Amino acid sequence: MTEFLQQLINGLAFGSILALIALGYTMVYGILRFINFAHGDVFMIGAFAGYYLTPKVAAFLPTPSIWSAFVVMIGSMAICAALGILIERFAYRPLRQSPKLAVLITSIGISLFLEYGGQNVFGAAPRPFPKLIPEYSIGTGGLSVSSNQIIVLAVTVALLVVLRFIVLKTKTGMAMRALAFNPEGAALMGVNINVIISFTFGLGSALAAAAGILFAVLYPAVDPLMGIMPGLKAFCAAVLGGIGNLPGAAVGGLIIGTVETLVAAYVSSTYRNAIAFAVLILILLIKPSGIFGKKEIEKV
Amino acid sequence: MTLSASAIQRAGNSPKIILLATVVLCFLISLIEKYIQQYWLYVSFDIGINIILAVSLNLINGYTGQFSLGHAGFMGIGAYTAAVITNQFSTLNPALAAVVFTLALVAGGLLAAVAGLIVGIPTLRLRGDYLAILTLGFGEIVVVVLQNMDAVGGARGYSVAHGWTNFFWAFGIAAVTIYVIVALVHSTYGRGFIAVQDDEIAAAAVGINPVKYKVTAFVIGAFFAGIAGGLYAHSKQYLAPDGFGYMKSIEIVVMVILGGMGNTPGVVLAAILLTLLPEGLRSLQDIEHLPGLSGEFPLSWIGNTRMIIYSLLLVVLMLTRPQGLFRIKK
Repeated sequence: MTEFLQQLINGLAFGSILALIALGYTMVYGILRFINFAHGDVFMIGAFAGYYLTPKVAAFLPTPSIWSAFVVMIGSMAICAALGILIERFAYRPLRQSPKLAVLITSIGISLFLEYGGQNVFGAAPRPFPKLIPEYSIGTGGLSVSSNQIIVLAVTVALLVVLRFIVLKTKTGMAMRALAFNPEGAALMGVNINVIISFTFGLGSALAAAAGILFAVLYPAVDPLMGIMPGLKAFCAAVLGGIGNLPGAAVGGLIIGTVETLVAAYVSSTYRNAIAFAVLILILLIKPSGIFGKKEIEKV
Repeated sequence: MTLSASAIQRAGNSPKIILLATVVLCFLISLIEKYIQQYWLYVSFDIGINIILAVSLNLINGYTGQFSLGHAGFMGIGAYTAAVITNQFSTLNPALAAVVFTLALVAGGLLAAVAGLIVGIPTLRLRGDYLAILTLGFGEIVVVVLQNMDAVGGARGYSVAHGWTNFFWAFGIAAVTIYVIVALVHSTYGRGFIAVQDDEIAAAAVGINPVKYKVTAFVIGAFFAGIAGGLYAHSKQYLAPDGFGYMKSIEIVVMVILGGMGNTPGVVLAAILLTLLPEGLRSLQDIEHLPGLSGEFPLSWIGNTRMIIYSLLLVVLMLTRPQGLFRIKK
């Protein structure tokens, strides 16, 4: 039982990172209806931004501390938000009237560019991520929870609350929802589509950057290809929750993370990378609209 | 004279004759193979194999309009199946070897086709980007399963006893693949593939069953990819599960997009160019003091540069020439 709880906590910590990435996929899909393949690599850039920012921040703040971690995370989120907006502006916006396939292929191209450009710039070998937050182990009766896991969960919940506030309570959030519902209608009502799409990319990329930092805190190594697998798994999570649905993405992330960790612990750890895809295939066969998604009817 | 000239001309218009001539020519070249420099010989096998892969993926991605990102998975299934079969035999005389090799290749193709059927069935309900992710997931699952199969060496890789792939096999089969796919798409039945790509709902409205065409495209495409895998196995004589992952699939996709989706001659040309490109980059390795080239990892530098070129090609092509490099506007 203790071991099960232990694995459950590990799974939830990993799952909350997937949830943060999945939110970016689902927001972009909700508005532009395409999979942004480069999203997982924005997550990687977020982790690398943290890697390079930490020594700079350490110069004026005591470093393994909550404050330096906060500054690094905000800095990395800002860098990735800018990156996301740039990618959208120069790669996706010129293709807005093109077939969906063209945009999909472009995003694969951007993804490969970030991965292999990253290998040339950062080097292919994994690098140890510096210690950002002092780590404690909290244990009762054989159960040992790292403070990092609690921080990951807490930061995820905080970001989800902020996101929910932005989407539901602000004017920009209302514009985002209007755009997802009906782009032409939103434009006619005075929503500046380009600004809102840029904002959505910035927001999603910032969440990916936060996920990148949290991932690097939990598994302290960064390399240019680290975004591929979490990115794909997070996409599976977004589909599982019902793509375009924000709470669905969060729940899907937690489910995928937990199931994967439990299967790795109890069944076979070598199959862990196949779990998310198996879940994806099952959900697509049983209920392609996902847990919370609504079925869409294709009109001519 | 005029009679024989017109006979040749008539023959030139008959694809079957061209196919036969090509296969015979490949056979003749394979006889003088030992006089060709080994390095270029193996590069040429890669070209043949990549042509088969790209042309078969073109049926799925180009003609039928389904976006598959798991073609290397089918290739992997074919490669391992064929290798397991031929590894059961020790040295054989050439005639018997040809029979065994053919059977092994076909078996690999058939098993890959079964996988194609399984992957194709979800196309009942999926389209576009969902399908892309699903096929990508399939490809990764193939890699994970192969890594866990101890009977074929798992993650350590698997050696193949026979290096039977030669010019005849690589290019003969490439020619057959091109012929079958072009003939299929240009047949009355095959027009359905293009109809499904152009407008699925309209196609269904005029009585074309889109599901049947999509699944057929996957099965046929997977079959040829499996055969290409068998050829690959008997050319490299060593298989590693990682080699059939996402990156290989992307490589094939880039060939199809560069050549122009649904444009077989363009795709063949792109397959040749993209196989030669890394070899060209490799020769750059000999030039000293190349900017960006660190002395320690020249090989990884080539791999990276190739992928960076691919990625830029994808983005620039989509932005400027979405119809592919070699496609003439319809």
